[in-house]
Amino acid sequence: MTKLSEIVLNGLALGSVYALIALGFVVIFKASGVMNFAHASLLLLGGYVIAQLHDELGFAGALLVGVVVTAAGAGLIEMLFIRGLGKVELHVLTILTIGIDILLTTELVRRIGSDKLSLGDPWGAKSVEVFGANVAQARIAAIVVAVVLITLFFMAFRYTAWGLSMRAASEDREAAALMGVRMKRVQLVAWCVAGALAAVAAVFLTASPTPGLDRTTGFVALKAFPAAVLGGMDSALGALIGAMMIGLTEALAAGYQSDLDALGGGASGIAPYVVMILILLWRPTGLLGSKELSRV
Amino acid sequence: MSEPEPKPGAALRPAAPGPAKSSVLNLRVAAAVIAVVVMALMPYYLTDFWLLTGLFAMAAALGAIGLNILSGTTGQLSLGHAFFLAVGAYGYMYFSGDSGRSGTHDISGLGLPPFIALILAVLLAGAVGGLFSPISGRLRGMYLGIATLALVFIGEHVMINAHSVTGGYNGRAAEPMEFFGFTLADEDPYLEVAGVEFAKYERLWYLALALLVIGIIVARNLLRGRPGRALGAVRDSEIAAAVMGVPVARFRSMAFVVSSMYAGLAGVILALVFGRMIPEYFGLALSIDYLAMIVIGGLGSVGGAVAGAVFVTVLPQLFAHYAASLPLVVESGGDGVGPTEAARYLYGAAIVLVLLFSPGGLAGLVRRVRTPRTTPRTPARSRSAHSKEPQGAAS
Repeated sequence: MTKLSEIVLNGLALGSVYALIALGFVVIFKASGVMNFAHASLLLLGGYVIAQLHDELGFAGALLVGVVVTAAGAGLIEMLFIRGLGKVELHVLTILTIGIDILLTTELVRRIGSDKLSLGDPWGAKSVEVFGANVAQARIAAIVVAVVLITLFFMAFRYTAWGLSMRAASEDREAAALMGVRMKRVQLVAWCVAGALAAVAAVFLTASPTPGLDRTTGFVALKAFPAAVLGGMDSALGALIGAMMIGLTEALAAGYQSDLDALGGGASGIAPYVVMILILLWRPTGLLGSKELSRV
Repeated sequence: MSEPEPKPGAALRPAAPGPAKSSVLNLRVAAAVIAVVVMALMPYYLTDFWLLTGLFAMAAALGAIGLNILSGTTGQLSLGHAFFLAVGAYGYMYFSGDSGRSGTHDISGLGLPPFIALILAVLLAGAVGGLFSPISGRLRGMYLGIATLALVFIGEHVMINAHSVTGGYNGRAAEPMEFFGFTLADEDPYLEVAGVEFAKYERLWYLALALLVIGIIVARNLLRGRPGRALGAVRDSEIAAAVMGVPVARFRSMAFVVSSMYAGLAGVILALVFGRMIPEYFGLALSIDYLAMIVIGGLGSVGGAVAGAVFVTVLPQLFAHYAASLPLVVESGGDGVGPTEAARYLYGAAIVLVLLFSPGGLAGLVRRVRTPRTTPRTPARSRSAHSKEPQGAAS
């Protein structure tokens, strides 16, 4: 029983981190209509900035700078590369973000080298008892911070002018523009929000018990793709549900590894993708994604 | 390789009907034949390093043509191309290899003649592509892209764990290709043509070249005929295509099968060239490379796919080779930008720049260079020229 509650809590913590990343995907997809493959490098950028600055500025200061830098970086990508293209094919946009990802990742990986950088987070290796389960403090912090941020995000989405413009834009971009919604600004803010969320996710991805930030940290963003897709790519709530499902599945597959020997070692790594395929077979546009309607 | 040489002269002679059109056509045929002859002479001039690079480029070109039929012409985004390459490569190894032990694991194989194994491997890749059609038939756009992404990760997992077929993490050796006792390897029999020793790479060069030419011709005929029109109609609007009587679901899965077969063939060639394949090679990066090839080359164009494949495979090699003589680049392991990193930067920058300045890729660039010459001459056509200029209309 202890084991199960421990696994579930770990799964929820993992799910919260995925949720932060997946929300970024969804916001960008709603605003610009592209799946942002450069997210992996943004995550790495946030982590790297925090790791470099935490000695001088302390963790809180470094986190702030890291979030601002990553948000600015994401905004810059939107302004320089995505905005000017206008209406082009999906493949072109996808491969363009991959190209940007290659550039940024190469630079960061060159700087990080083979080191494992600490982000100087205040939780250390301490753990606490929750419902009789032993869980690392950083994991609990991940859940709390994610809940706060995601609540803020949904409230902004519901009540602010930007949220209203976002919703209008994702309904019909052209109509929104004609109604006086400043699409450029909406898109820019969307990318910045996604970048900021990625930087926060980087902190929890590298906090104990994970050894720290290394060159492969960005790959985790790839596991948030299934989360965003199985929930429906234009649904923020769907991304949240998807992220929790993926996090729990992965934690359960890792926790009961010994019972899954028939599937071969490391089955937890592919569990998210298997879950996604099964859900997509059942609902081709994800759990809450809007159905594709076509007018004849 | 002497038989294609008399053709250029014959092809230049204009055919009787429609002199203007067919002389353009004949010029193109002549150019193609000359290109093939030049490629056939390459083993006499290139070192092993460049032969190897060329072999990679030819294999990549076949794979890119396949992906282009699927993604460029039919509009189905696929990030799972590497998986189908892997099916082809391991299929060939399984069909042609013998059962036995490699390291600590038992390896099984059917021990068929390599040529039969090649055909079976290509068919197997096509069948696996067909098996994916319950998913590929339902999903659209980005959903399909991410679902095929899953194929890469799940495939890699299966490959690492299916020891008896793939040899597990350390991979498995491929049997050399063999035609009636003539082996495409360094020895057996020793062969020397015009003073140049024909070793493994030289022999494989002609096999790859022949397969590439066949692949290009098949793809062109496929895309210019009824199936190509149908696939294009499916990309532009599935409803309109269905209304015109195109069986949409069948063509969508057909595109997947054909593209997987091309990928499988590319995988077999890679297995023959490398001699040994490890599952790690067929990762996401390989899929991305193929997507980059067709986007850089130009979506929907066979020539573009080949150009993109050459661009993406040769560029990093070029850099690795000449890194020492470039400014701002230091020897690998030193402090600063090493050659592999420089190649990576250039790869990323090339993708971004080509797409920013020519979203139609290299094929779009060629078309754009060609159009201004015709526009002043025929001002009436210039209004529509920029939107849809047919490929052969210029010159």
